[in-house]
Amino acid sequence: MRNYIIAAGIATASVCVALAFGAIMLLALGANPITGYKTMLTAAFGSAEGLSSTAVKAIPLMLVGVGICIAFRANVINIGGEGQMVMGGLFATTVALALPGAPAIVLLPLILLAGMTGGACWGAIPGALKAHFNVSEILSTIMLNIVAVQFMNFLLRGPLIDPGEIERGTRIPQTQRLPEAADLPMLSESLNLHSGILIALLAAILAYVLLWRTGIGFRLRSVGLNPSAARYAGIRVKRNIVIAMTLSGAMCGLAGAILVFGSESHRMVTDGSSMGFTGSAGFNGIVVALFGALHPLWTIPSSFLFGGMLVGANSLQRVAQVPSALIIALNGLIVVFVVSTEWHRKRLQNRPPKLNTAMHGTGKANGVQV
Amino acid sequence: MSDLITTTVIIATIASGIRLATPFLLASLGEAIGQRSGVLNLGVDGVMLLGAFFSYYVILETGNIWFGVVAGILTGLVIGLFYAIVTVPLRAEQGVSGIGIYLFGLGMSDLLFQKLVGTPLPIDQFDEWHVPMLSTLPVVGEMFFQHTPMVYIAFLLVPVVAFVINRTTFGLSVRAVGESPESADSLGVSVSKVRFTTIMIGNALAGLAGAALAIELGIFQQNLTNAMGFIAIALVYFGAWRAPGVMAGSLLFGMIGAIVLQAKTLGLIPRSASDIAAMAPAIITILVLIIVANRFRQPAALTKPYVRGD
Repeated sequence: MRNYIIAAGIATASVCVALAFGAIMLLALGANPITGYKTMLTAAFGSAEGLSSTAVKAIPLMLVGVGICIAFRANVINIGGEGQMVMGGLFATTVALALPGAPAIVLLPLILLAGMTGGACWGAIPGALKAHFNVSEILSTIMLNIVAVQFMNFLLRGPLIDPGEIERGTRIPQTQRLPEAADLPMLSESLNLHSGILIALLAAILAYVLLWRTGIGFRLRSVGLNPSAARYAGIRVKRNIVIAMTLSGAMCGLAGAILVFGSESHRMVTDGSSMGFTGSAGFNGIVVALFGALHPLWTIPSSFLFGGMLVGANSLQRVAQVPSALIIALNGLIVVFVVSTEWHRKRLQNRPPKLNTAMHGTGKANGVQV
Repeated sequence: MSDLITTTVIIATIASGIRLATPFLLASLGEAIGQRSGVLNLGVDGVMLLGAFFSYYVILETGNIWFGVVAGILTGLVIGLFYAIVTVPLRAEQGVSGIGIYLFGLGMSDLLFQKLVGTPLPIDQFDEWHVPMLSTLPVVGEMFFQHTPMVYIAFLLVPVVAFVINRTTFGLSVRAVGESPESADSLGVSVSKVRFTTIMIGNALAGLAGAALAIELGIFQQNLTNAMGFIAIALVYFGAWRAPGVMAGSLLFGMIGAIVLQAKTLGLIPRSASDIAAMAPAIITILVLIIVANRFRQPAALTKPYVRGD
């Protein structure tokens, strides 16, 4: 209980510092910070429409965040969310285009599976490179992000382009309207809320069960906590690193597939960058996961918070002409603050209760969970 | 088709490759210095973006390109100080905090650009400076000695960095802190001071790299660097943490860029193939990382915060 209070307190403090910085920025940009934040809050959480847009923005963040939790728990840093989302989107799109006549009951599970497969492959590569060739996953995932984006540009400008774009000569790099059978069912037509949110919630719960209630999860977390001890206990460290990255990639790939089939245009479009497709969810998902203390269930409220910030930022741009890029900058600061306080959080949480201090007089026990 | 590839074209391509390599070289030299002291800075791309913006903005307002160069360096120093505090006394996980710096730079540079500038106006660029005597040499002169000042600065920094790291007391401290901070500490070297210094230098060079990019292109836009900063980090591994190796990597990447650009201009490859070609640097990097990871050892204390034992 005490540990939860410390963790929650530090997370809240991080956001407060970032929001204070945001307030200074708003002042500098000539907007009133109080009305600015009020505008954001009302837009994101003040109405059914707002809540619905927040939920839609939260879907990719939640899925990527859950993926990040799985990887980080095994002590693998997955910065490849962007590329994994792109590959997931591409795999799912290709499957949908290949099966234009299939009924929804067949097509829907297939595209979700295809998305997961695409992301899983793109996650397994850096996992295998780390496990077997000792290549830093941080670098290989970043490089694979670049490869995925160029692959998307190539496919959407060439093989997968809407034939109509070529006829009209406009050549906008996008696919044709994907089969209607693959549209994600709507939960509410008027609010524009699709069932992707249910899939994301389910994924978060399953990830929790996987990590804390199954043998696979136990092994992943053991590898993350202490690889030498895990190896000594007979756990295959290399294999578990690959599993962690594959699962993490699958979550991001699923997010990519949902982005395509839950989009209003029901096409996959590129503007040449990964940001144009993912809205930087591959990076923002890291913020969400860290803010949710790398716990899949805490990722759920965390993703709603950050989804709400994105929705709020858009309305701030309309109302107060403050560019929504402010939120990307604030997200960056939140990441920095959360990881800066991490070491001190662990120290606070692991401090033995008062009575025992005499026994651990040297202070050497600070690193041991009591 | 073959008559399109003349000597003139080849010379021009190599010269443009050297120009394109410059921002990579500056950023990765800075990153290499940081990594030799055991600090990974993943935020290079964000620092480059902010450096590029402030450099662009200062040049736009003052019309003086050198002021812009200084603005880029100062931007790097300010972020460097912040990152040093986060990394050294606060001991943040370097694989993640750098991503925060990246997002901050990405958002902040875009925000400031939209608010302070709005429409992308072109800025003055450096004139080429022809090295006396050498620039008149046939072929070689045109390739190597007819460039803008930023190119000379970047390439002259290679021997400077190599000398400082390998032949000075400060360089010895940097290497000691990167390999075994405990030993360095026990011999009276301040791990914090060394790391603060290397982080500040590294970020200053990243800011300078951003300035070089903005001045070279004469423009600023959202996400101007397009992940160049991340490639610069990989180039440090590519060059096995040594200045000449980093230079070789930067040149290779610059050349690939120049060749693709040239082939596109000449109409040798269609647009779709250029997307495929743009994958090449990333794929080559991954392959090189596989080789480097098994041949060269990274600084032993890389990404590990130093906690003095009691």
